[in-house]
Amino acid sequence: MTSTSTDDDRHRRLAAVRPRLVAFARLHLRDAAQAEDAVQEALVAAIEKQDAFAGRSGYETWVFGILKYKILDAMRTQKRHGKWQPLDEEMEDEAIDRQFQRNGRWLESARPGNWGEPEAAFENERFWQVFDACMIGLPDNLARVFSLRELMGLSTDDICHEVGIKENNCWVMLHRARLRLRACIERGWLEESA
Amino acid sequence: MMMCKEATRLMSLKRDRSLTFQERLSLRLHLAMCGACRNCDRQFELLHRVGHHYEPTSEGDGERDEENGDGDPDSPGR
Repeated sequence: MTSTSTDDDRHRRLAAVRPRLVAFARLHLRDAAQAEDAVQEALVAAIEKQDAFAGRSGYETWVFGILKYKILDAMRTQKRHGKWQPLDEEMEDEAIDRQFQRNGRWLESARPGNWGEPEAAFENERFWQVFDACMIGLPDNLARVFSLRELMGLSTDDICHEVGIKENNCWVMLHRARLRLRACIERGWLEESA
Repeated sequence: MMMCKEATRLMSLKRDRSLTFQERLSLRLHLAMCGACRNCDRQFELLHRVGHHYEPTSEGDGERDEENGDGDPDSPGR
């Protein structure tokens, strides 16, 4: 009896956490079908291996950990299929040049504003819509490095190994990704809600 | 004197590796004088924390069964 109710409970918890897993996988894989597949695989693995899960709490976190592995696998496959290119650092990034004057100061139109407390932003559904849209708008290579660093929490050293680039290239990409995201979010979020 | 664009490079970098003493100092000096860059620094910090929102057991997520918790923070799955 006890084990059945535990199973029921876990299935209920998996169903509840699923949308968040899909959203997370999508940001990494940038492909709805591949994201669904990765989540599906993670859920199957979680159900099959649930005896291996010993803890009383943190079940969702454990499933999330499985998903991260599945996402990394799927990314490696994408990379083998040539779906990912390193950054040509020599190439200027005009989306960033549009934020600064020649002398390196902010352009008046692009000066960063005050977004208020992060917690308030994170509570705001509109913020997440804009964040998603801005992530989709990023070039693939910048989005990949950003999501591995800030969503997956890998170190830049690990990212280098994962995607096969130099650490310096990684730092340049993260800088560009953050500047593009901040400008995009500021345009989409603050201006519309103002 | 460091300009805003270079300052944003250091703001980004400090979230990926520790800055050298020299880098830290010039960034601090710039931030002390530049409100727009202070805002940018906070925006980068917000982006840096965005990932926690997706972690299912991070705050604000349904039930966190902490009953019987002996205050023993066993690390979550590997």
